[in-house]
Amino acid sequence: MPLLWLFLIVLAIAAGAYVLARVRVLAMAGENRRALHSLPVYYGSNAAMKSGVPALLVLAVWLVAQPLVIDTIASGHIPDSAIAETTSRGLVMAEVRRTADGIDMAIASGELSETAARDPQADIEDLSARLSDAGAILTSEITPPVFRAAQELRALSAVGTQAMTIIVVLIALFGALWALRETKPDFRARNVVEQGVRGLLIAAASIAILTTLGIVLSLVFNTVEFFRLYPASEFFFGTNWAPSFSGRGGASDLGIVPLLWGTFYISLVALIVAVPIGLFAAIYLSEYASPKVRAVAKPLLEVLAGIPTIVYGLFALLTVGPLLMRVFGDEGLGWMQAGTAVMTAGLVMGIMLIPFVSSLSDDIINAVPQALRDGSYGLGATQSETIRQVVLPAALPGIVGAILLAASRAIGETMIVVLGAGAAARLSLNPFDAMTTVTAKIVSQLTGDSDFASPEALVAFALGMTLFVITLGLNVFALYIVRKYREQYE
Amino acid sequence: MYDAPHYTRQETGVTDVKIKAQDVQVYYGDNHAIKDVTVDIQDKTVTAFIGPSGCGKSTFLRCLNRMNDTIDICRVEGDIRIDGDDIYDKRVDPVQLRAKVGMVFQKPNPFPKSIYDNIAYGPRIHGMARNKAEMDDIVERALRRGAIWDEVKDRLQAPGTGLSGGQQQRLCIARAVATEPEVLLMDEPCSALDPIATAQVEELIDELRQNYAVVIVTHSMQQAARVSQKTAFFHLGNLVEYDDTSKIFTNPEDSRTESYITGRIG
Ligand SMILES: Nc1ncnc2c1ncn2[C@@H]1O[C@H](COP(=O)(O)OP(=O)(O)O)[C@@H](O)[C@H]1O
Ligand SMILES: [Mg+2]
Repeated sequence: MPLLWLFLIVLAIAAGAYVLARVRVLAMAGENRRALHSLPVYYGSNAAMKSGVPALLVLAVWLVAQPLVIDTIASGHIPDSAIAETTSRGLVMAEVRRTADGIDMAIASGELSETAARDPQADIEDLSARLSDAGAILTSEITPPVFRAAQELRALSAVGTQAMTIIVVLIALFGALWALRETKPDFRARNVVEQGVRGLLIAAASIAILTTLGIVLSLVFNTVEFFRLYPASEFFFGTNWAPSFSGRGGASDLGIVPLLWGTFYISLVALIVAVPIGLFAAIYLSEYASPKVRAVAKPLLEVLAGIPTIVYGLFALLTVGPLLMRVFGDEGLGWMQAGTAVMTAGLVMGIMLIPFVSSLSDDIINAVPQALRDGSYGLGATQSETIRQVVLPAALPGIVGAILLAASRAIGETMIVVLGAGAAARLSLNPFDAMTTVTAKIVSQLTGDSDFASPEALVAFALGMTLFVITLGLNVFALYIVRKYREQYE
Repeated sequence: MYDAPHYTRQETGVTDVKIKAQDVQVYYGDNHAIKDVTVDIQDKTVTAFIGPSGCGKSTFLRCLNRMNDTIDICRVEGDIRIDGDDIYDKRVDPVQLRAKVGMVFQKPNPFPKSIYDNIAYGPRIHGMARNKAEMDDIVERALRRGAIWDEVKDRLQAPGTGLSGGQQQRLCIARAVATEPEVLLMDEPCSALDPIATAQVEELIDELRQNYAVVIVTHSMQQAARVSQKTAFFHLGNLVEYDDTSKIFTNPEDSRTESYITGRIG
């Protein structure tokens, strides 16, 4: 609660500063708005900005930094001797935090008084009993060092929170006063506020970029870690995928080739389904369909794009798989062993990509200038000649871009593969065999109780990195092509 | 076109009527854009359509090759004949008609193909060449007629979109000429061009008159006076006055025409 209060107090100070600055500048100008450099709103916003923004920033930084600092200090109270062979300092510190939380709970429920909790000579056994009475979850007996560290933790947090409250409120007040002092009719409040807005936009953009960077870096570090445990050449060129989980022991084969092959094969089937259907649908919708048909058909196609992929996965598992089995399975042609196969996943993924291809292509075809069509009609070309020989060639680079984007979506798709294609990593040409993809294997390597430091788990990062590089390459290439095509008409 | 009497190129008589339009009405939905227009357009003559913008010049021009068919809400009534054949007859294929009545647009619109393919586009569609040599011939002849051969003969495979505006427009004229039309419709062909390119295109139009009936929409009265022999003045969807260009510009009958050419309506 105190945090919410603090937040509200800062907001209240900012609001007060807003009102005061407005009133002050109007009073100084003698209610003559034309004497002001900016609208009164800007003087108010300037004051609110200067009191609220730094205070809230400090608050945010403090909230992140305080636990880190306090943890380090409290951890100093645990001698190395108090850490048993089987655990680590990190685990003991987790215990300390749990104990501190438990004490808080006990105090809140009245089991324990504040003074008793602070008493360094407190009877630890009695305390443990009280904590578990209050509902705190403690995994092991509380040891004296843990208890003392927990006490230290609580004391420091209390001090820290108090200091934070005081400092943040002071910053807000100081900011408000500063802004009020500079509030004069000829102060360029509008420019300052606009700079503030620009700062906000820059901050938003930086957060997006930094997050991406962080994701990539974590991928890179974990991948490097993996290659320290497992030779890169075997990863990239190994044709066998057979991880052994830590429990069973033994060495793992972690070759990416069968997974890449599965990814490629399933994506290929998906594109063979999606590209012609999507493209023809786009041509029909943009060139032939009457406005009425278009008004109904386009939203319907877009609904298809809004279906979650897990639903497509169910469709693959429950409908398409059995259907294919009836034709190609043992009762039919005998090519198919089970409902999960490259064909099943590829077909369903293709259906998923149809709206993607068609709506992108539709936009691109619509962007071909009407003047080109008129020119062609004016020469006595029919509609289909115009489309084939003028519109499509003009739109081709953009359509290729759309197809590449669809391909990178197909490569990244997971759910349909898990449910539709099975989990067997296999190098085979038969599209009715079960296979699996990079994404599906990332999921299966990280789910279950594997040790996150083992190569079997870290391989997921190497797989993710490989996938990332491939799709990034495809996307960059696609965007390059699309952009090049755009320039043609500008 | 249908099998009945075929168009034959008129060899003689500069004053033969090529296009006969009678009581033409055009509606865009409820908007009555062309009202009761009756006009005879002569062969081997440049006819200019002038008038304030929005008066229906383009609309009427587009009736002559049925380009209005590509606009859903557009409805054309009345009788338009080329060489005596009703072009709105059910048996007439508008696509075939457009090969006979070429069109050049306001903004140069070369296809994003090579210069050669731009010209060869129409002839290919209509199967006018049996082999590559014939096609080369057609392309060269069209480019020469478009007065642009000398400028592009060394780069026929370069993209048509890479030419300058004036060259692009002459390329579009050459492209229209390549399908051997009998009538050439031009909708403000110079409005996107600089004065030098305009002069080149105007010179070209004057040459084209020897082979075709040319109809040109223009908002420049000087241009109408320079290139045309006949001028039609449109106002609010009506054909106000149609006469020899010299007469229209020196001694118009209708007061509206006079106001327009002296700059009082516009
Ligand atoms: N595609 C169209 N759809 C609806 N109305 C149109 C269309 N084209 C032209 N019009 C209308 O028809 C009238 C004549 O237009 P237009 O023939 O383009 O005039 P001009 O070429 O003389 O400037 C105008 O009122 C215009 O709004
Ligand atoms: Mg016009």
